[in-house]
Amino acid sequence: MFDISPTEWTAILLSLRVAVIATLVATPFGIALAWLLARRDFWGKSLLDAAVHLPLVLPPVVTGYLLLLTFGKRGLVGGWLADHLGIVFAFRWTGAALACGVMSFPLLVRPIRLSIEAVDRRLEQAAETLGAAPWRVFATVTLPLALPGVLAGMVLGFAKAIGEFGATITFVSNIPGETQTISSAIYSLIQTPDGDSAAARLVIISVVLAVGALVAAEVFARRATARLHGQ
Amino acid sequence: MLRVDITKQLGEFSLTAAFTSEGRVTGLFGASGSGKTSLINTIAGLVRPDRGTIVIDGETVDDTAAGIHIPTYRRRIGYVFQDARLFPHLDIRQNLDYGRRMNGLTEDPAQHKRVVDLLDIGALLDRRPGKLSGGERQRVALGRALLSKPRLLLLDEPLGALDESRKLEILPYLVRLRDEAGVPMVYVSHDAAELRQLATQIVMLRHGQVTAFGGVKVLTGGA
Repeated sequence: MFDISPTEWTAILLSLRVAVIATLVATPFGIALAWLLARRDFWGKSLLDAAVHLPLVLPPVVTGYLLLLTFGKRGLVGGWLADHLGIVFAFRWTGAALACGVMSFPLLVRPIRLSIEAVDRRLEQAAETLGAAPWRVFATVTLPLALPGVLAGMVLGFAKAIGEFGATITFVSNIPGETQTISSAIYSLIQTPDGDSAAARLVIISVVLAVGALVAAEVFARRATARLHGQ
Repeated sequence: MLRVDITKQLGEFSLTAAFTSEGRVTGLFGASGSGKTSLINTIAGLVRPDRGTIVIDGETVDDTAAGIHIPTYRRRIGYVFQDARLFPHLDIRQNLDYGRRMNGLTEDPAQHKRVVDLLDIGALLDRRPGKLSGGERQRVALGRALLSKPRLLLLDEPLGALDESRKLEILPYLVRLRDEAGVPMVYVSHDAAELRQLATQIVMLRHGQVTAFGGVKVLTGGA
């Protein structure tokens, strides 16, 4: 049963690479946005909040299609990036990472935002009276105290990214070795007459990865509580 | 020297205060709701006055007419809050060192030792804030503020959250601080007995107005 074929390995490793890159690139943006939503009041805040959550409620195929229109070779942003920076998303694994990053973004931002909101502002005030400029208050007090939430967000985002299907296949198709992630491979296998056992193996791997991520996120959440109480 | 001449409207509450204090410990005395905390927060720069000036140690940190408002982190003040507000993710040693790091000061082991000895916190250095008693936390908070080498130390009811016996435990440290640390202090309290022991000058506040200013004897006038 657990005789994983080279094609399956390719899909697994590609999924891991796509999800890792998507998470690492999305995290700084996620932290910045979470901080804005948690600590600042500005015009259009609820609009921004809604935009962040959009991938969660839009049909993934719509998100994928919008990505294709924007970041495809003839898309407004995609065309410019290809011409000026040589970065191409369409039908590449980088496009899969972009799709996964966008789809997992709401799950990444939420725990970070909640953990920043939980940081006692009186501690930030104390840091300021001790001579810390605003960005150093963030770096030395807010972020370290929110760190478990940041890790929880990264794990959840990673878990979502590794399983993403709809937006990815719409945006970058299902090309073995380039854009065929675990999910796309399962999709192909269950449409193939003898693909059942291979599909089952990948399904088990997906379940293990997802459960592992949820457990890890829970552990980080518990550490956050201990950290906030200074134990 | 501390010179304050400000007005500030906070919702329904209006605060007006003008005084110049040369004293080592300026006591802000008044009942709760009299504007003591608002006044000390204005001196700290956490609250921006609507009108007026604040001068700390010869430097104008607020002057609304000239558009001057130095942010809190550049005022070189120390602030001890009623709740110690130690950083829970740092141990005591790191808490004490925080102000020095943020102000870019060079290490000063002699002063570090002096403050640690003065406050008797040497045994706590490797502990976490969560494991400390209320009195210990407040002593560490005092040390942390002192080690940032402030030119003015602000204390907002530093004994307010402690029970009677803990108060008596901390009070001698505050007296030593006043006599040995050489940093002028502004000390907020609603407890006349506490101020009689510590303060050299008193600013009496009532409903946001200064009702008396002078030596400790103004406390006997009642409020």
